[in-house]
Amino acid sequence: MTNEITVLYDTIRWEEKALLEAGKKKNTNLQMLDCKKLSLDLDKKPDDYGIVLQRCVSYYRNLHSTAGLEGMGVNVVNCLNTGIFAGNKLFTHMLLKKHGIATPFATVSFSKDAALETLEKHGYPQVIKPTVGSWGRMVSKINDRDSAEGIIESREKMYPIYQIHYLEEFVQRPPRDIRAIVVGDKVVAAIYRSSGNGSWKTNMALGGVAEECKVSNEMEDICIKAKDAVQGQIVGVDLMESKDKGLLVHEINNTTEYKNTVRVCGVDIPSLMIDHVLNLSK
Amino acid sequence: MTNCPECDANISIPRDALEGEIITCPDCGASFELAKGADGFDLKPAQTVGEDWGQ
Repeated sequence: MTNEITVLYDTIRWEEKALLEAGKKKNTNLQMLDCKKLSLDLDKKPDDYGIVLQRCVSYYRNLHSTAGLEGMGVNVVNCLNTGIFAGNKLFTHMLLKKHGIATPFATVSFSKDAALETLEKHGYPQVIKPTVGSWGRMVSKINDRDSAEGIIESREKMYPIYQIHYLEEFVQRPPRDIRAIVVGDKVVAAIYRSSGNGSWKTNMALGGVAEECKVSNEMEDICIKAKDAVQGQIVGVDLMESKDKGLLVHEINNTTEYKNTVRVCGVDIPSLMIDHVLNLSK
Repeated sequence: MTNCPECDANISIPRDALEGEIITCPDCGASFELAKGADGFDLKPAQTVGEDWGQ
């Protein structure tokens, strides 16, 4: 039997099980493929994958399996460029600016001294983020010179990616942000994510609380442009409601989680994802 | 139902469980990945959250 869709994963979360169930409901020939068991013979014709829905949670596994498969001629959603662009906050920032999409003010510095100078120039607080990373890991709010020196000095001892000092303005906003799920050319649902424990971070992985967010025309327009900026098809766009600048896109997720969005909004996102992928093969 | 390799507590594996799924022992909190065994699933120690994991 020919596969129509391959869901490529490395960890089974609620999202991947829901995709399998959605495929079953639609009588789709869908195979689940554990990337940890995958070896690609890069110089041969690919196996029968159909369209690959990339769901690997590991950034490097995700990026490199997409590169291999796409290079062998397999259609992967999201594509390699989306993985590269959305997987790096600096690359995303530059593309958002290029496409006229509002995003928080940011700087990048390439040494501790340069970062400290930039912080002094633009003032505190600022937020330091790894250019590659997720779930709020290693994201710190820097309130003053002392904390800046401590945080940046620690990073000087880490893997080189952490010595790319990406600093973002601390946006004045309500204690929440927005996660909008884009499938094709539609925002299918969105949630507010409020910090659950008094933290300024709103990541669901850190205990954030989800509530439904009504999608305005303005938000939909911004999210579609953001998705296009990173050449994506199915993405999660994160926005903040800046008190003086309006909606700002601060992140785009190329392997977006959507469990809480489905729970809160009641939208069958996995089925919409499967429909989108099936439509690509028509 | 199987036993936790760490603390021997009973761990119930959901009926809709899939290979590769992570389950956690309710007693000791250790996480295990479900791997296909001769008779149902075996438990193997799960990778803790990788440095590059995310969405």
